Amino acid sequence: MSRILELVARARQTGDYAEFTREVPYARWLGISALSRDGEIVGRLEFREHLIGNPVIPALHGGTIGALLESTAIFRVLLDQETSLLPKTINLTVAFLRSARPADVWAHATITKQGRRVASVRVEAWQEDRARPIATASVHLLIKPLE
Amino acid sequence: MTPEEKAAVLARFDQAFAQAVPHNAALGIRFADFDGAGVLIDLPYAAHLVGNPDTGVLHGGAVTALLDASCGAAVFARIAAPLPIATLDLRIDYLRPGEPKRDVRCRAECYKVTENVAFVRAVAFHPHAPEDLIASAAGTFILFRKGGKSAIVEPLAERPS
Repeated sequence: MSRILELVARARQTGDYAEFTREVPYARWLGISALSRDGEIVGRLEFREHLIGNPVIPALHGGTIGALLESTAIFRVLLDQETSLLPKTINLTVAFLRSARPADVWAHATITKQGRRVASVRVEAWQEDRARPIATASVHLLIKPLE
Repeated sequence: MTPEEKAAVLARFDQAFAQAVPHNAALGIRFADFDGAGVLIDLPYAAHLVGNPDTGVLHGGAVTALLDASCGAAVFARIAAPLPIATLDLRIDYLRPGEPKRDVRCRAECYKVTENVAFVRAVAFHPHAPEDLIASAAGTFILFRKGGKSAIVEPLAERPS
């Protein structure tokens, strides 16, 4: 089993999700982590200057929001069930609803359909007000459950 | 457009997209080329962009950011006036895993512009294997035109500099 999946298995038991996300270089660099908030798993994109995509507005780069949405879908599937491989993204569709201010972004994923091979996940991202999402995504992940 | 004129336009685009946008600069994105069909943008391999430390393959998020940035650049390369634009939606299909320690190149083409919306398609691949696609994308962008109709559509490659 890979080191990541070992850390994920431990996170399922301890509820400390930050440890395995720190193991992913890109997540660490971007400032993405998974954490437990009010009894649910949420993804967090911690604001950093290098996330800015439009310095005039200013607004975060759309790609960083896409990365948070995709990562949150993966976190949810990883922490929900035991898998023998990391889920692979088949595709994602992101709708950008509002420009993202230079501040932290949060995301929550809901598994809408869990099949044997594919998980369909809907993800919503927001900043200060959860009722005013800044982006939503529909993600299909290829999974391989433990036999 | 002479080779010198093209080089000047390329340098201007690289400055405006790759260097003046903090996240593009942090990713290391370079504006490599353009023609009548679209733009070519490179994402050099870097250790901090790795998604799976067991394999060393770039994170999907970095490819997403490259595709998003390239689609936006393709819109700017197609419209004559530098209008503000915003990504409405972006769909990405991951066709195969990338290879470890390889740069990723994106070709993006804005194939239709209407009064309010620009439609873009893009593909990502390793430069040594341009036929073996890693990802494909389709995006739509909203154009913020001042005072309504000023729909001047003139490909960058044919525009006098």
